[in-house]
Amino acid sequence: MVKMNSIVIVGYGGYVPRYRIRAEEIARVWGRDRSELPVEEKAVIGLDEDTVTMAVEAAKIALKRAGIPPSKIGAVHVGTESKPYAVKPSGTIVAEAIGAVPRITAADFEFACKAGTEALQFITSLVDAGRIEYGLAIGADTAQGRPGDALEFTAACGAAALIIGKNKSEGVAEIEACTSYVTDTPDFWRREYERYPHHTARFTGDPAYFHHIVNSVKALLENDGYTLNDIDYAVFHQPNVRFPLVAARLLGIDLEKVKPGMVAGSIGNTYAACSLLGLVKVLDQAKPGERILVASFGSGAGSDSYIIRVLEGIESKRGLAPTLDKFIERKTYIDYAVYAKHRRKILM
Amino acid sequence: MSNKVYVAGVGLTKVDEHWWTSLEYLMTEASLKALDDAGVNKVDSIYVGSMLSPVLQEQGHLGALLAEELGLSSVPAIGVEAASASGAAAVYAGAREIESGRANAVLVVGVDKMSDGLAEEVTAAMMIGERQEYVGFIGATFYSLNALIYRLYMDKYNIDQEKIALFPVLCHEHAVNAPHAQYPFKIKLETVLNSPYVAEPLRRFETTAIADGAAALVLVNEETGKKLDSPKTELVIEAATDYLTPFQREDPLWFPAVQLSTSKALERAKLGRQDIKILETFDATSIMAILSLESSGFSERGKAWRLLEKGELSLSGSLPCNTFGGLKARGHPIGATSVYQIAELHLQITRRAGKNQVDNAVAGLAQSLGGIASTAFTTILREV
Amino acid sequence: MFKIKVPRYWRHKDFRYRLNAWKCNHCGETHFFKPLICRKCRSREFIQVSLPETGKLLAYTVVRSPPEGFELQSPYIIGFIELDDGTRILGQVTDCQPEELKQGMRVEATFRRIREDEEDKIIAYCYKFRPVI
Repeated sequence: MVKMNSIVIVGYGGYVPRYRIRAEEIARVWGRDRSELPVEEKAVIGLDEDTVTMAVEAAKIALKRAGIPPSKIGAVHVGTESKPYAVKPSGTIVAEAIGAVPRITAADFEFACKAGTEALQFITSLVDAGRIEYGLAIGADTAQGRPGDALEFTAACGAAALIIGKNKSEGVAEIEACTSYVTDTPDFWRREYERYPHHTARFTGDPAYFHHIVNSVKALLENDGYTLNDIDYAVFHQPNVRFPLVAARLLGIDLEKVKPGMVAGSIGNTYAACSLLGLVKVLDQAKPGERILVASFGSGAGSDSYIIRVLEGIESKRGLAPTLDKFIERKTYIDYAVYAKHRRKILM
Repeated sequence: MSNKVYVAGVGLTKVDEHWWTSLEYLMTEASLKALDDAGVNKVDSIYVGSMLSPVLQEQGHLGALLAEELGLSSVPAIGVEAASASGAAAVYAGAREIESGRANAVLVVGVDKMSDGLAEEVTAAMMIGERQEYVGFIGATFYSLNALIYRLYMDKYNIDQEKIALFPVLCHEHAVNAPHAQYPFKIKLETVLNSPYVAEPLRRFETTAIADGAAALVLVNEETGKKLDSPKTELVIEAATDYLTPFQREDPLWFPAVQLSTSKALERAKLGRQDIKILETFDATSIMAILSLESSGFSERGKAWRLLEKGELSLSGSLPCNTFGGLKARGHPIGATSVYQIAELHLQITRRAGKNQVDNAVAGLAQSLGGIASTAFTTILREV
Repeated sequence: MFKIKVPRYWRHKDFRYRLNAWKCNHCGETHFFKPLICRKCRSREFIQVSLPETGKLLAYTVVRSPPEGFELQSPYIIGFIELDDGTRILGQVTDCQPEELKQGMRVEATFRRIREDEEDKIIAYCYKFRPVI
């Protein structure tokens, strides 16, 4: 729907914290059936981490690849549902920590799991409009599910950052097109002062996740004249390991194009970081000229989709910082008790 | 030529957890004992050293407070602070006042009452002597800084912990007959080595515990001293400073302030190291004692453990050290500690050390350190 | 008793967030906070520098008896680190167990929560170090 004029990703970075809890361990504690778990394991923050620290980690990796001085960044937008402060922007802390202050705009976006790609929409718009030279879009979350709830098996921690610019010669990939599809569909929500979200279980499937992703992607392909053959990789939001594969089937996309960007199985659903981490994982392996379809989903509900074409720059920039797999493979398992301590679920 | 300074009286409270008494009570008790010991009831000025009272008791203004408690209001009285060497800083101020001729008699007191704080509060309070904005901010503790130094020391000289852990064993041995000691019992090396880590490699028995105490001295000039019947010693005190954080120094294993204050004090007292017959070293931790012994020139670098092993630092050795148990076993009520050290030298040299009496105690030297030797006072006491 | 006082915390964020420091123009001494005069050579000219974010671990220990405000984090590791420009710095070492550390190993700076005020809820962030990824 939106045709963009040479918007490029000049740097990208993904961060996953070190700790993991196996879904089996959560099932053990709550006495759930272990045969049909939504993910293998999920990533958990350390005691000294939060959305802001993870956002900084991802941003610093993106900066290493971008090779630009942080002072050239004109906007820092963080998409998250787990801000450390209910009031006080996360973006200012991130911007200060990477040295992008003070001539910037900074703000936080909230749109459940779509907040990261939402931030990306605004950053690309600012760059496209010529308001800023470079912008930083981040999706980061330390998501929490109510103890014992289905979401507890998947709600995970991670961050992804993209630095957006205009100069193709600096780019690792070009964002060729994007669109968004939004309706009022209350499949998941959290009110003020509440610790854990509510959700409507299977209602999240057809009317929420599949409806929005399928329509968003269809609109993007139709309006911009792409066919499925133009797509080499497809990254969908990953609330579990099954939904993205079903979405691909509904859209007629070969499952082999989905698998390279799958991360949820080993780190869980990292919410606002999720589809962007999928993109990071694909950028870690894609070749110049290949096209990536990214479709996020955020409860409430909506889906942003993007067509991204990999540029030559990827070859020289990829190796400037650790790949996402380095972080995924760096792991220490914790049991439910330590997990409860890390996630401050113990009443004190 | 400045006037000579004499110690004419000392007063010590037992180092303990004094649940039933207050900071004010403790410092008043020690002061009265010292005044009585000297046989005076008036002084020209008062100096009170304390490190933790502004934090743990939220009480400052200890000078006027003590003067009031003693019924000496109207006398100039000032609080003095130099971290864990606050007591020595008060002695320094008092001694300088006598030397200058402005006072005939000065009361010097050191006090701290740690049991009013919880362990975490005391651990945090101890960091006011470090750079809070840097070292305190990251959650480092006094003991963790000691532990880093300990590790560097063991690596550099390739020395095992059991050599250094002999220091607390020595201290406890000396505390057995010390009436004012907090822990008057012997311990074994295994006890030290099996005690839990406070910050590895530093073990609990290589550190000091929460302690309350106050100690006081009456300092007088020569003329006043002649009129008093109490036994006296002559006092020389010198001081030097260094960076607050040992890890900013060229060599964290060398305490230049200790080296400097020791040389200055010996020079002014016209004594050599061989003339020093008793040593009070500042063993806030075992490793601090070792490094002080080396930096003050009483041992070669990397070899202080040999003095321990050969028994040189025992009461019957060539250089009896911490003869009432030192910080480890007499106890370390922070701001009071250095006044205890000097008072103990005075008891030795005036032949009032009881069962701990060292034979030829004609001159003794006390090292008092603020932080990790960011301030170093060296006090020499000699027979008169 | 020992609260996070916001102006004090905020004032030094350049150093704590980004390891921005000051070097003496004359003797090269590193000062973490803006100095007026060099503690080493007494020169009064400085340049602002970004300290390198990698270095090696010279020594480490574990805080098992924490100060107020750090109770819930204990045990945690304090490291003495030599950055690649020779600057020596103390910092917490995170994302590892003490058993994984070796003297001389490579570490890198990371941005973490250092403390949270239980009462005021302000969060203080600071550099820490972790084994190089």
